[in-house]
Amino acid sequence: MSILLDRDTRVIVQGITGKMARFHTKDMLDYGTNVVGGVVPGKGGETVEGVPVFDTVKEAVEATGAEASLVFVPPPFAADSIMEAADAGIRYCVCITDGIPAQDMIRVKRYMMRYPKEKRMTLTGPNCAGTISPGKALLGIMPGHIYLPGNVGIIGRSGTLGYEAAAQLKELGLGVSTSVGIGGDPINGSSFKDILQRFEEDEDTDVICMIGEIGGPQEAEAADYIRDHITKPVVAYVAGLTAPKGRTMGHAGAIISAFGESASEKVEILSAVGVTVAENPAVIGETVAKVMGKAA
Amino acid sequence: MDIHEYQAKTILADFGVSVPPGALAYSPEQASYRARELGGDRWVVKAQVHAGGRGKAGGVHLCDSEHAIEDACDKMFGSKLVTHQTGAEGKGVYRVYVEAAVPIEQEFYLGFVMDRSTQRVMIVASAEGGMEIEEISADKPDSIVRSTVEPAVGLQDFQAREIAFALGIAPGLVSKMVRTLQGCYRAFSELDATMVEINPLVVTGDDRVIALDAKMTFDDNALFRHPQVAELRDKSQEDPRESRAADRGLSYVGLDGNIGCIVNGAGLAMATMDTIMLAGGEPANFLDIGGGATPERVAKAFRLVMSDKNVQAVLVNIFAGINRCDWVAEGVVQALQEVQVDVPVIVRLAGTNVEEGQKILAKSGLPIIRANTLMEAAERAVGAWQNDLSMGHQLRIAK
Repeated sequence: MSILLDRDTRVIVQGITGKMARFHTKDMLDYGTNVVGGVVPGKGGETVEGVPVFDTVKEAVEATGAEASLVFVPPPFAADSIMEAADAGIRYCVCITDGIPAQDMIRVKRYMMRYPKEKRMTLTGPNCAGTISPGKALLGIMPGHIYLPGNVGIIGRSGTLGYEAAAQLKELGLGVSTSVGIGGDPINGSSFKDILQRFEEDEDTDVICMIGEIGGPQEAEAADYIRDHITKPVVAYVAGLTAPKGRTMGHAGAIISAFGESASEKVEILSAVGVTVAENPAVIGETVAKVMGKAA
Repeated sequence: MDIHEYQAKTILADFGVSVPPGALAYSPEQASYRARELGGDRWVVKAQVHAGGRGKAGGVHLCDSEHAIEDACDKMFGSKLVTHQTGAEGKGVYRVYVEAAVPIEQEFYLGFVMDRSTQRVMIVASAEGGMEIEEISADKPDSIVRSTVEPAVGLQDFQAREIAFALGIAPGLVSKMVRTLQGCYRAFSELDATMVEINPLVVTGDDRVIALDAKMTFDDNALFRHPQVAELRDKSQEDPRESRAADRGLSYVGLDGNIGCIVNGAGLAMATMDTIMLAGGEPANFLDIGGGATPERVAKAFRLVMSDKNVQAVLVNIFAGINRCDWVAEGVVQALQEVQVDVPVIVRLAGTNVEEGQKILAKSGLPIIRANTLMEAAERAVGAWQNDLSMGHQLRIAK
């Protein structure tokens, strides 16, 4: 098992005719992902890398039974594409697009709430590298070969730092059940907490590795969730111990969630609930290995 | 993107928020002329810089004569205003805003922000106006009133009334307060702001509700649909290196150390800075060149990092995913041939085709110091910087 994405998951790519999307569609197919179609309004009837293109997500779902979608649509239109996927009955959507206006994402999140929980789409991203269940399927832009199949679940905000962690694990012979990028935007589809819950329920995940960074309350919220609901060992690294304060945060914004926003505070909060914190990014793999040694 | 107070006031006034009569001036003479035009006998002259805390820093002057206005302007024009938000370098004063002084009865703090926890727009208000919000939250946390806006329907009048009553506004002025809150919210949502702050919002002796100060920050990702907002950008208020980087699609933050960093991905860039610190050095910058490290971007990054005179070593850390290491290595070699780099360069490549990448670096004949892991890269960068100092810069790449 893995979470969110499996060998059989039927995938469509929204914005499939773009240069980047074509490239990554081929890459995903080569990895073994079950890509069954694409969506670009006005390009229905074409094919890309051998898969059919549809005008709307609804048509694509009807024709292919697609369950998951990858959004490669430019920022001004990306929010609309995510909502279209939610409305067409897509169960899991990954949005790669970087640069979506924050208020568009607020609307997307609100829109998704109109569906009852059992029909509600799960969104990860935007501004993420995607999700991979190694050896099974890849829904995103990460290099598949740096991940070994295994039983470490990875959740991270950053793409390349996630690669770094996966590569360190591979070096030590450790593999990954699923790696989920939740993206670097302030308003995101899923938080650490949402994904932690799925890893807790996944029988093939033994250890969870979360890679956070400065800004926002989601690491602190994850800490509360870990304390109350997670029984599996969790390893964390938080990037930005040397980042200057207040450079990206708005003035009034800093007050609402002031505590727990800096890397050192996040480390403290996570340590306090029993999370093993990797002290620097060079020892993420080692730290996971140590914890697994203890757990085994 | 930040804008000036006078620009924010113009925008908010268009949305029905009351502001004092005022005018902009680019010289002391113009300032006193503007005061005469405005009329009255007391004026406030304010330095227009992109930072809060101007009052304490000498950027706000209450004047009761044209002579006093010119005096205040002489002090401010051309100076660098240093407030708790500007950093030690301060921000240049090139414009002042002249306003008719207003008799104040009550002062309030009012802020609209993106709350990341609820993922909605949140209104933050307090009857402790005039103080910085950090001080209010530290000293008088109970005075803070919060309300989140349901995005499907926007701010409702009852919410605005609740805030007004919680702040202790006289019942006769509640409707004016509601109009102010609704105006701010509409400006926030229609123009894709990420922050609107009015501090203070005042009730005057003659029962008006007026925004005495105003600050707005806009979502850079949404400027494409608000050209009228985008053109309010004032580059004189930005760190020149950061704005140059932004214009070239690079994300750069200047810091005080001397090891320059060129990294792909924001998280990995921060992690690289952390590792440099751990190895005993100090990063000179944060720089994310984005996922695809093309030769052009690598060259641009080198130019940018080398424009910082404090840089005494450069660490390049690229995790090549879809872009291959051999291609990144060619980019690094090409950049080093194009850009004058006279400090040690340490390159760590990882990911796809790493061996080919290393070969290209080795064959180039350039004295590039190679590293395999993140830790090794940081240690070699710090080591090279220290050696370079002690050896009188012999490790530098000679041209």
